[in-house]
Amino acid sequence: MKPKFIVGGLVILAALGYMIYAGVSQSVVYFVTPSELGAAPVAGKAYRLGGMVLPGSLKWEPRTLDLTFTLSDGKRTIPVRHKGTPPDLFGEGRGAVVEGSWAAEGYFKSSHIMAKHSEEYTAPHDTNAAGYRELMRTLQSAPR
Amino acid sequence: MIPEVGYGALVVALVLAVLGAVTAAVGARTRRAALVESAQHAALVVAGILTACLALLIYAFLTFDFSVRYVAMNTNLGTPFYYRMTAVWGALEGSIMLWAWMLAIYTLIVMLRHRRNARELYPWVLTVMLGVLAFFLLVMTVPAPVFQRLTPAPADGRGLNPLLEDSGMITHPVALYLGFTGFTVPFAFALAALITGRVTDFWITATRRWTIAAWYFLSLGLLIGGWWSYHVLGWGGYWAWDPVENAAFMPWLTGTAFLHSVMIQERRRMLRLWNLALVILTFTLTLFGTFLTRSGVIASVHAFTQGSIGIFFLTFLSLVVLVALGLLAWRWETLGAQGELDSVVSRESAFLLNNVLLVAATFTVFFGTIFPLVSEALRGIKVSVGMPFFNQVNVPLFLGLIFLMGVGPLIAWRRASIDNLKRNFLWPAVVGIVGAAVVFALGVRSTLAVLSLALAAFVSATIAVDVARATRARVRVGEAIPRALGGLLLRHNRRYGGFIVHLGILVIALGVTGSQAWSVQTETTLRPGEHAELAGYRLRFDGLAASEESNHFKVTGTFTVDGGRAGGTVLQPAKKFYPQEQSPIAYVDYRLGLLEDLYVVLGDFARDGSQATIKLQVNRLVSWIWIGGLVLTLGAALAVAPERRKPA
Repeated sequence: MKPKFIVGGLVILAALGYMIYAGVSQSVVYFVTPSELGAAPVAGKAYRLGGMVLPGSLKWEPRTLDLTFTLSDGKRTIPVRHKGTPPDLFGEGRGAVVEGSWAAEGYFKSSHIMAKHSEEYTAPHDTNAAGYRELMRTLQSAPR
Repeated sequence: MIPEVGYGALVVALVLAVLGAVTAAVGARTRRAALVESAQHAALVVAGILTACLALLIYAFLTFDFSVRYVAMNTNLGTPFYYRMTAVWGALEGSIMLWAWMLAIYTLIVMLRHRRNARELYPWVLTVMLGVLAFFLLVMTVPAPVFQRLTPAPADGRGLNPLLEDSGMITHPVALYLGFTGFTVPFAFALAALITGRVTDFWITATRRWTIAAWYFLSLGLLIGGWWSYHVLGWGGYWAWDPVENAAFMPWLTGTAFLHSVMIQERRRMLRLWNLALVILTFTLTLFGTFLTRSGVIASVHAFTQGSIGIFFLTFLSLVVLVALGLLAWRWETLGAQGELDSVVSRESAFLLNNVLLVAATFTVFFGTIFPLVSEALRGIKVSVGMPFFNQVNVPLFLGLIFLMGVGPLIAWRRASIDNLKRNFLWPAVVGIVGAAVVFALGVRSTLAVLSLALAAFVSATIAVDVARATRARVRVGEAIPRALGGLLLRHNRRYGGFIVHLGILVIALGVTGSQAWSVQTETTLRPGEHAELAGYRLRFDGLAASEESNHFKVTGTFTVDGGRAGGTVLQPAKKFYPQEQSPIAYVDYRLGLLEDLYVVLGDFARDGSQATIKLQVNRLVSWIWIGGLVLTLGAALAVAPERRKPA
């Protein structure tokens, strides 16, 4: 191999490494629970927030497409606002993962509700800590 | 009866496959033809048993034999006829069965085709193929048994996953698995070449058509998967960089690299080690994909231990990698290149760069897919990189690949002179620049869209230049133009088949560019008689109706395009409620067009029919993705045909 090909290869590798590094640092999204987010919310940062949709908290206004609900992990609750139709698998007493950011006004602004076609998102049978832990575990595996 | 008979037969097949693999290997080492022959008999019987078992399973589905657990889990009395057939591969156990059956059939075809012309490699090829087959049979008997009795047999089954009740799901797994299993053949030849030490070019030429076929089926599987995602899932997209998609895309990328790099080896005796490594990598990735998507590891590293199938795949995967690396190390001395890279501006280096970009893309997809797992395992933090990451990193790589698609086939071998470059690329470059200017003048301001369309124009022009030049040469010796063109395609089917595949990829790229750059959507709630408006369409909500189908309950909305474009078109998106599912499933309705698709999803609705919330999309140029698939099919069919002419 001639040196210029080796140099060329190294340049390509470095470019690729940089692209991956930049790609990851720009698009990485952290999964947080309501407790974690509530403890230290950073406005504007992208999060995936997972929890159970508290029974009685869901409000859906079809004419304005405003969807509001509260997510809970059994310890803390976070109010969420979303614009758009609730997905098929979404409902009170079920787990949900939303992607979005914390608004300075004191709510989570959701841009996307993860719809997973699986039946894992059922609510904890009894709302004790173990049930919530199990729910949070399954929620972390939400795709997209 | 069926569960026990089926299971017993599969155990017999497993034993025979193992025996056959060992016998073929011993036959190869001791050069005893009789042993190889008895291995062939074993392969024949294994294929027979698998075919019978597949028939048995289909029979169980058609007769609603709910004593078979798999049947009870994946069908019910309301499942329509065709979907009972295709429910066979509607879940893990049956998919593995389909995979194993295809592999057995491929083994038979290999026997028929190569038993005489590949004497020395052939017994080892048989060993490897039967070995892989034995692994799948092991999976079918231990961690994922398809024939398992359910006692007591229920009166009705659970039903097929409603999302799989679709024509795309009938064909998608079949195509995908034909691709996955197809790569087993070049892999087996590569290992045989390493074992026998005959690492010359024979294993490549012998498997050239196998590789093209496997690559084509994998491409088809990916495209049908995209079509399924587009018209079933109701999000208006066809590709989401989902781990399941990535799992199939990675072997496609390395397979594409392999398809190109073998040409360099055939022509210049270079890249021997690289080609062996690529085909081993491609095969490994097909297994890795199954491991990733079926073991539950993608959900969470901790889910891995829940099912044992993951451990089986991981063990086999490690075994394959270890054996392959061991063989490569053993034959290291003989794998040196004979040819040398002379210049950066040459066909070799264009192909080499193509390979580098494809492998880089594979690595990014791999990295992005496992990144959440690694982060969870190492730091305990659950993070994810979504579509933005994959798009951001891959789009430049793919644009580079499209550019090389224009350069590679025309540029001179060894060292391209200025003259050669001018002769081949002056006009295409002009066409590309003019194309960019035209697109810009038409009002396109997205840099990526302009670049992608200009590159497509450039590549199309290189193909036109080549075809025109070759046709002219034949016309000069007295052939009429149509005859000259036809002769060109038939006599040089590999080259021109390749060009047509490239055109297909360009057409797909056009569809992807258009849909990413110009699709629009809106979401709104309507009362009967009200209109939704988007991009010149006025859609009127006429009302809701409920109906009872064979295995579900359905609420259908009727929407009419009122005047203007596509006036009078009626669209009826629905929501389907399956008793076995907790949530409804959206049923999308659409009107496909060459320039744009009108696409409606019924979201929420009031039970009294007084209002419905819809998502309305106008998706631009998406149809070209499917049309590109057809073009690609034509090209692949031409390229895979037997060569009439020895390559010069």
